[in-house]
Amino acid sequence: MTAFVGGTLRLGSRLGKALGAGLERLLGRLPIGWLQLSHNTTRLVAAMGGVAFASLLVLMQLGFQGALLGSIALPYRALDAQLLVSASDMNTLADASPVARVRLLQAASVPGVLSVTPVQLGRLDWRQVDGTLRALDVLGFEPSATPLHPQSIRRQQGVLALADTVLIDSRTRNIDTAALLAATPASPLRLEMRGRSLQVAGHFAIGGGFGADGYMLASDQTFLRLFPSRSAGAPNLGLVTLEPGADAQAVAFAMRARWGDAADVKVRTLDAAIADDRRFQSTQRPVGLIFGFGIVIGVLVGVVIVYQVLASDVADHLKEYATLKAVGYPPRFFLGIVFEEAVILGLLGFVPGLLASLALYSAVAAKTGLPMEMTAARAGVVLLGTVAMCALSGALATRRLARANPADLF
Amino acid sequence: MSLAARGLQHWFGDGEARKQALFDLDLDIHAGELTVLMGASGSGKTTLLTLVGCLRGVQQGSVSLLGQELLGAPEPLLVQMRRRLGFIFQAHNLHESLTALQNVRLGLAVHGGRADAQWEPAAVHLLGLLGLGDRLHYLPSKLSGGQKQRVAIARALVGNPLVVFADEPTAALDRESALQVVHLLKALARERGTTVLMVTHDSKVIELADRILTLEQGRLIGDRRAGPAV
Repeated sequence: MTAFVGGTLRLGSRLGKALGAGLERLLGRLPIGWLQLSHNTTRLVAAMGGVAFASLLVLMQLGFQGALLGSIALPYRALDAQLLVSASDMNTLADASPVARVRLLQAASVPGVLSVTPVQLGRLDWRQVDGTLRALDVLGFEPSATPLHPQSIRRQQGVLALADTVLIDSRTRNIDTAALLAATPASPLRLEMRGRSLQVAGHFAIGGGFGADGYMLASDQTFLRLFPSRSAGAPNLGLVTLEPGADAQAVAFAMRARWGDAADVKVRTLDAAIADDRRFQSTQRPVGLIFGFGIVIGVLVGVVIVYQVLASDVADHLKEYATLKAVGYPPRFFLGIVFEEAVILGLLGFVPGLLASLALYSAVAAKTGLPMEMTAARAGVVLLGTVAMCALSGALATRRLARANPADLF
Repeated sequence: MSLAARGLQHWFGDGEARKQALFDLDLDIHAGELTVLMGASGSGKTTLLTLVGCLRGVQQGSVSLLGQELLGAPEPLLVQMRRRLGFIFQAHNLHESLTALQNVRLGLAVHGGRADAQWEPAAVHLLGLLGLGDRLHYLPSKLSGGQKQRVAIARALVGNPLVVFADEPTAALDRESALQVVHLLKALARERGTTVLMVTHDSKVIELADRILTLEQGRLIGDRRAGPAV
């Protein structure tokens, strides 16, 4: 153990010297900031831990926010349509009010439109063996229509024509996935929802979000049996497929003209619908606001920690700085030292923060099924943000340099 | 004449708390001399040192340092002036994270790139002269109090300052080291024409001074040549 610790210290010392030499070449002067930081190993490790914690907080919040935004897009991306007709008050798929079917017929009559497929949307709970509930978003449509992209769904959706037969999302959170994967039309998984006996004849993969745990596909008839208060004449969505070569924006414009002053319906491209949904959930829903707030808290924690470290470092070296001021070093020299320390802390603290966040992303994704993915862009932005946060802390800490008065040295 | 003061007065505080520290002081310090400044605590030695050392702005009277009038001099000019000076403080104020050699290098780096590029031979030579040739790469925590003070002295002298201001530089040194430092300062004065103004109460240092000034309650009350002739 002693030999191991000694070896680690020797390796750390060599790395520290190499880093110091590199910094000296880069800065063209003694890397005083680095030498001061590395001289007090305990403070350096504590500061790195603080920056790592702040980076981790921000990365996790961005990860959750990314998962929220990513999971919002998942069901939209599965839809096979160029335009989406919905009630004008629709913010998310889950809160889309019914649309009068006549609006979809009007939309279908617009030149350039190949078809408009009505889709019913609803949410129900699936009780598990242990008594817990899983929320499923249900999409109901005519089995002969092809409103969804994935080939795996298209191959199976013929079975939906059978009464009370459904397909369930295999990425639904916390279910008996093995039993679901074993379900086939010949050997369906039987379950009960809303007092009806259903047969699960197969599965597909979309993945749950922050609202529902997963998705279920059913025929419009099965859907209406599960949601008896709903009407076939008032679906929630109209999925518009365009003729080859038709311009989506021009068709959407023509639809709005066809509807005239009616304010009960709107048409958007899928990308616009996704963007609207994301904006609504990020800025209007508590969960989106919490993640945004979490990012701010992470930055504040980082600023406070790094400020404390740098401010105490400046305070500890006031007499040395005052001595250098006395011999004629200008204020920018001391600012350079503090910023050197800030940037080094930012870089050194970010690495363990990133590694810890990768491990936590993986754990959260495995536990929740949320799309927690670390992108190079996110890591890069947080690295820049961490360095900027440290530089801000450094700028605040430099105010203490004013107390280094060389006249007080005599 | 490297340093001259005429009618120099200085106050601290404002209003009712305003207190005069220096009174109508006239002074000429010559190049190539080791001048000692003596006086009881509160006599104005430190105030005088900070004023003529460009560490404080001159309020009233005139101070001419190396031909430059300091009354009304802006801060950037004072900073420029300080680069031509050497300061030895009572406390060594070394950077604990820097080796002896790196601390001395800081005394040169302030002069810019060219001086900094040629720093090592000068720093090594000076540390060797001060008996620290085998302690070049020691951190201050591994040096004795006297050795640290000698590093601080090397830092002050390595840039070949035209004027050296020293405040009790030998207080932390043993007799032998103290004499070594004062001889070095005196040699600088003789060989390079450096002006040395030193505050001290150390009798062994006073014996080696060329001139002794005495302050009392902000007034110059003694100015005598030292050495065998006096």
